[in-house]
Amino acid sequence: MSHTATPVAERPAPPAGPVRTQRRLPRLAGVGLYLVGLLVAAGLSALTGFSIAVTVVYTLVLGPLATYVGSRAVEGARTAKDRLVTALVHSAFGIAMIPLVWLVWTVVSKGAARLDGTFFNSSMLGVVGEGGGAYHAIMGTIVVTALTAVISVPVGLLTAIYLVEYGRGRLAKAITFFVDVMTGIPSIVAGLFAYALFAIFFGPGVRLGIAGSVALAVLMIPVVVRSSEEVLKLVPNELREAAYALGVPKWRTVVKVVIPTSIAGLGTGVTLAVARVIGETAPLLVTLGITQGTNLDPFDGRMATLPVFAYYQLTQPGFPPEFAIDRAWTAALVLIVLVMALNVVARLISRFFAPKTGR
Amino acid sequence: MTTTSAPPTPRPRRRVGDRVFAGSATGAGVLILLVLAGVAVFLISEAWPAVTADSADLPDGKSLASYVGPLVFGTLIAAAIALLVATPLAVAIALFITHYAPRRIAAALGYLVDLLAAIPSVVYGFWGIAALAPALVPFYQWAEEHLGFIPLFAGPASATGRTMLTAGLVLAVMILPIISAISREVFAQAPALHREAALALGATRWEMIKMSVLPYGKSGVIGGAMLGLGRALGETLAIAIVLSASGGVTFNLISSSNPSTIAANIALQFPESSGLAINTLIASGLVLFVITLAVNMLARWVVTRRAEFSGAN
Repeated sequence: MSHTATPVAERPAPPAGPVRTQRRLPRLAGVGLYLVGLLVAAGLSALTGFSIAVTVVYTLVLGPLATYVGSRAVEGARTAKDRLVTALVHSAFGIAMIPLVWLVWTVVSKGAARLDGTFFNSSMLGVVGEGGGAYHAIMGTIVVTALTAVISVPVGLLTAIYLVEYGRGRLAKAITFFVDVMTGIPSIVAGLFAYALFAIFFGPGVRLGIAGSVALAVLMIPVVVRSSEEVLKLVPNELREAAYALGVPKWRTVVKVVIPTSIAGLGTGVTLAVARVIGETAPLLVTLGITQGTNLDPFDGRMATLPVFAYYQLTQPGFPPEFAIDRAWTAALVLIVLVMALNVVARLISRFFAPKTGR
Repeated sequence: MTTTSAPPTPRPRRRVGDRVFAGSATGAGVLILLVLAGVAVFLISEAWPAVTADSADLPDGKSLASYVGPLVFGTLIAAAIALLVATPLAVAIALFITHYAPRRIAAALGYLVDLLAAIPSVVYGFWGIAALAPALVPFYQWAEEHLGFIPLFAGPASATGRTMLTAGLVLAVMILPIISAISREVFAQAPALHREAALALGATRWEMIKMSVLPYGKSGVIGGAMLGLGRALGETLAIAIVLSASGGVTFNLISSSNPSTIAANIALQFPESSGLAINTLIASGLVLFVITLAVNMLARWVVTRRAEFSGAN
């Protein structure tokens, strides 16, 4: 294409006279104009008794407005619109961060009061008012979640293997579609399903740990299938073909080649799936209820779990209420820490156990 | 994956291990289909007594339809508020992360948004009732005073802030990461050639996005919004905690008497119910199941239709 390029020197000289060039504000002008909007907003808010919330609302309107007007005066309508959208898009991200920060701050500041040894090593058995803890609920959550994982991981993983390694035709399409649909089952409906299932065998009013696990498994299996499927698809076909070429049977190829290659991704997926179900409350509310004492046998009656414990402590605090409400916030804090920790663990697994892909 | 051009060879003997493994993998897949069918069958079998029962025996002595009707209405209203608030915000966030944020920190910022999805719904309920609802009370009073002519803000304004609008806003925060995650994915896939062509013609960044990214990502955004809708319809605990529900059908979003939602009603009533009341609740759960199933299937259909046409895979 070199023949189409004209040497710079041969270009006709620009016409004489004043050249109209695009006028441009400096790079940081957008930020500056937004800050002007912020200052005006703070001033307006101060007129009616200063409050942070009102200032934020005014800023979200005035910041983009100032950016638009300022830029329009200097740079013209098109650039002004571009800057306006830039300001709006940045604001949107800021808006999304408000609930996150606000929520974490609320839970930490209210939950820190009862974050003590008693909370972790005593149950609510015989506790009225002060003291008491969530030992029974934390252990219950661990038992129920572990049981859920025991049900969901084999089923989910095998289904993913079927979809990637074996699945062809109608059945595979149907399974893929219904796994997607299953992802959208409301958690309370999963709970009702488990209740209905166990009520048929054990009579109405049944409350069992295993029923809670079945309900959670309905929610967890599609998540495991989805993530495992994505990961298994990433295993290069060359690896499988190399194994087949050496005469390795298909099942040994899957077990010895495909799974070890993708083990990091599988671990990440399972951990994230556990993080998703560990905070589920609604299905547990209808399937295993709540107890005051410690019950670690999922096949014998009601069990306490952390989310349900938090819910009941907040909504039915008894009298005097403040102690139970403190316990509820601490339980919420522990729950958040648990979920965040699982998320971090998932990222670490994918970072440190990832196979060397050579890329 | 065998080549068909090769001369027919005797079928290789299938080893026992292969058969067992393939069988169990297929079995797991079929099990999932059975579970989904089981959900429908068991719900119907437990809901049936409520459907056939005399309406005088049901809770409140009303017919099943007039019991579930207001709940469906409340569910739809709450989800609609959530969707209206969350979708534009989520699209803007997705654009921010894919096209505006500095490349190096974009992934980390995306992870921050995803954290919103990790927080359990019961904790959202706690935050809603203890932090968001009281903070919105002054706004509700202002809205009643100045916007009272609009039926939505007719008032009287709730003194606790536990209104339908608060519940909808909490739901909006919860579905925000879902919609933005899917929008992000499709925006990132917008063909680089289209984007570069637009920029080369002198388009500003917004014009480039308007011309090449948004048309490409439209069906992804719609699909994501519908997945968010599915989540919002089924959300239980956050609403059960935040909303002060008293039944009835009203479009008034800021008063303290609101219709409940199906899921929240089940969570609130189930632990203390027995007999036919349980069957009634399960029947309402069945209605919720059907609604979310329809919404989700539609969403998946929209998303996969895009995948077929996009040529991205």
